[in-house]
Amino acid sequence: MIRLQSLRKITQRRDTSLIILIVLLLAVVTMRAPGFVSADNIQRIVNDTSILVMVSLGQFFVILAGGIDLSVGSVIGLSGMAAAMTNQYYPGIPAVVVLLIGVGVGLVLGLINGVVVAYGKVPAIITTLGTLSIYRGLTFVLSKGQWVTAHEMTDSYMRLPHGNLFGISNLIWWGVLVSVLMFYFSGYTRRGREIYAIGGNKVAAKFVGVSEQKIYMIIFTLSGMLGGLAGVLWTSRYAAAVNETASGFELQTVAACVIGGVSIAGGSGAVPGVILGALFLGIINNALPVINLSPFYQLFIQGAIVLGAMLINTVSERRREQELLKGRQR
Amino acid sequence: MSETILEIKQLTKYFPGIKALDGVHLTVRTGEVHALIGENGAGKSTLVKILTGVYTLTSGEVLLDGKPLVCRNALEAQACGIAAIHQEASMFPELSVTENIYMGHHIIHPKTKRVDWATMRKETQTLLDSLELEIDCNTLVKNLGVAQRHMVEIAKALSLNARIVIMDEPTSALSLREVEDLYKIVRKLKDDGKAIIFISHKFDEIFEICDYFTILRDGRYIGEGLVKESSVDAMVNMMVGRSLDQMYPKKEVKIGRPVLEVQQLAQTGYFQDVSFTLHAGEILGFFGLIGAGRSEVMRTLFGIDSRSHGTVLLDGKEIHIRKPSEAMGYGIAFVPEDRQSQGVILEMSIAKNITLPQIDALSRYGITHKKRELEVTETFGEKMEIRAAGWHVDADTLSGGNQQKVVLAKWIATNPRILILDEPTKGIDVATKAAVHQFVSEMAAEGMAVLLISSELPEVLGMSDRIIVMHEGALTAEFSRDEATSDSVIKAATGHTAGNGGEQ
Repeated sequence: MIRLQSLRKITQRRDTSLIILIVLLLAVVTMRAPGFVSADNIQRIVNDTSILVMVSLGQFFVILAGGIDLSVGSVIGLSGMAAAMTNQYYPGIPAVVVLLIGVGVGLVLGLINGVVVAYGKVPAIITTLGTLSIYRGLTFVLSKGQWVTAHEMTDSYMRLPHGNLFGISNLIWWGVLVSVLMFYFSGYTRRGREIYAIGGNKVAAKFVGVSEQKIYMIIFTLSGMLGGLAGVLWTSRYAAAVNETASGFELQTVAACVIGGVSIAGGSGAVPGVILGALFLGIINNALPVINLSPFYQLFIQGAIVLGAMLINTVSERRREQELLKGRQR
Repeated sequence: MSETILEIKQLTKYFPGIKALDGVHLTVRTGEVHALIGENGAGKSTLVKILTGVYTLTSGEVLLDGKPLVCRNALEAQACGIAAIHQEASMFPELSVTENIYMGHHIIHPKTKRVDWATMRKETQTLLDSLELEIDCNTLVKNLGVAQRHMVEIAKALSLNARIVIMDEPTSALSLREVEDLYKIVRKLKDDGKAIIFISHKFDEIFEICDYFTILRDGRYIGEGLVKESSVDAMVNMMVGRSLDQMYPKKEVKIGRPVLEVQQLAQTGYFQDVSFTLHAGEILGFFGLIGAGRSEVMRTLFGIDSRSHGTVLLDGKEIHIRKPSEAMGYGIAFVPEDRQSQGVILEMSIAKNITLPQIDALSRYGITHKKRELEVTETFGEKMEIRAAGWHVDADTLSGGNQQKVVLAKWIATNPRILILDEPTKGIDVATKAAVHQFVSEMAAEGMAVLLISSELPEVLGMSDRIIVMHEGALTAEFSRDEATSDSVIKAATGHTAGNGGEQ
């Protein structure tokens, strides 16, 4: 009985239950395809998922504050295109500066979202639905519909994600860096904690002097910056900047958050959960072809997982409430 | 022994067209629990909002330690040592107790420049322990009960070095035992030299815990005095400007034949083996602590929750109610406890609210018959003495008491045979309360059968023909009107029945 309870305690925590789930998933896939859990392949999966992790963390803070950023896919597209074209037309500019330009473009785009939501009082879902189209449209305007391809990019630009340090690819290091920074931000800074306050109870947050506007500005700008970084890394990684880069990617970031236990109503969730949620999605995406499941099933399965995660969230919440009620009767 | 900490003189506050406060006086001393008494709309909330910086005063003086108090928002009020305990509204359910206390002013470690969790946790636990609260500082607030949340709110006020703590109807959502815990804390604060402004509608509370009182009526100062030198009658007189001879105007009614028979009704986890019979013209009171399962029984009867066991007979015939519309079809009406979220649709007019349950009967081809809608509204609105600018104004313009009347009117307009009332007078003022009681009594006299859930003992004792007491999901006692006393009913509600006395 005691053991059963501690098991339940473990599964009640989203991060630990996700780790168990990921291990189970890896075990099942390995039975069908023995090479799946090799060090090489794991690194490949993590590498593939790094961008999703970064952008999902940006999305996480927006959702945590009670909003949603549907424009991230377009932010990645536009800032990626801007960076790639800078690299194409001014090959002399160092790659790091190009990277900063990409992040800067993302910052501005995020800032625009933030201003409209914070000061224009337009709901986040509407604002970013609008900018989703606007930013994507601007990408086409900027590129005049043209692509930037591998031979138009400099080597140093393409090394941004592809190089490696201690045998681990730069892209993974970027993901790790962002994860660590965001973990610190969410847990150990005042602003980070205040995001929880805004999402948890806006009125109460105001009463203790937390500025809703300031928080909205911070989270959308942050999400934009991470989108900008992702845009640069995306175009350099695939050595191509197309107009449709990361189209629909916003839904994957939302999915990673939901799977990671972030409440879509705001106020609850944590960085480790989001990282695990993104990795879980990454493993699924990589595993499906390996076990000979048609890629046509991918979207279907992703959607089913998101719905399943949502159901688990609500059911466990209801059970907790009932236990609280019973506790009161005693 | 105690000195004046807060002094309000000639305070006046105008809103466009309304004089909310008119020459109000209030003097609060350290180590004092000061009851602020008045009906809804008497100006208590306005006064509190001026003290906490939400409103600015029009004229008059507010002196803190003899110096004029200037605060433009809740933060500045806090800095001045004034803290209002809000009813739940100001918590972050998903965050820990520690963080609820420190949100907005997290401790930052001087060297590492990061949020200093260790110190915050230590301070919080020390604070909780000093209040003798058995709460762990790492608990998420959503896992705390209503009472414990309240205690955390108080702890938060103390962490901000509050010297004046304002409690606005702090006991309205608490069970009897939790109220005792609250009193303990209030007494402790008092001993520590804090001043407490205690807003309440309940006289037993005022006499239990308060030292001094100030009474407001219609935004005016009426009087003040020592609680122990006053009486309920005197206070009621000052509050309403007239004496309410009959607080509980229960009419003598001849009890008719059984209407509703409930046999061994159960819902797993909430209540079990609930059996009772309700007669025509009878008011059957249900008393118990919060969480005793009374509301759940009624929700199950009305078809909102499903039962796991039991039978329900209407006029001797077994009925199966699976959803509220079926219950309404059998002539059962249910006035829920939370009128804001379950009873009134704030954005709709009074007329639309009242006629909502019978919208089909008042419509033809899907279009409502305006004239008949108005007729129904007028009949029942006037019966309930709803005070409003017109029947077509939105319900959110009404005071809480009048909203409650709208809810009542709405269900009674359906002409039910059985009326279920869940805390019908919670949080409303004395005069509205009396009107509601009067009305319920009249309806029973006309043969309606009433199930009355109330956590206010005087109300249950005063209104019911029979009283059923529930404890932890089971019926523990039944009393006739003549048998029931405060003592016996409370004992049954807390589980101290003969045979298992001593058990909590």
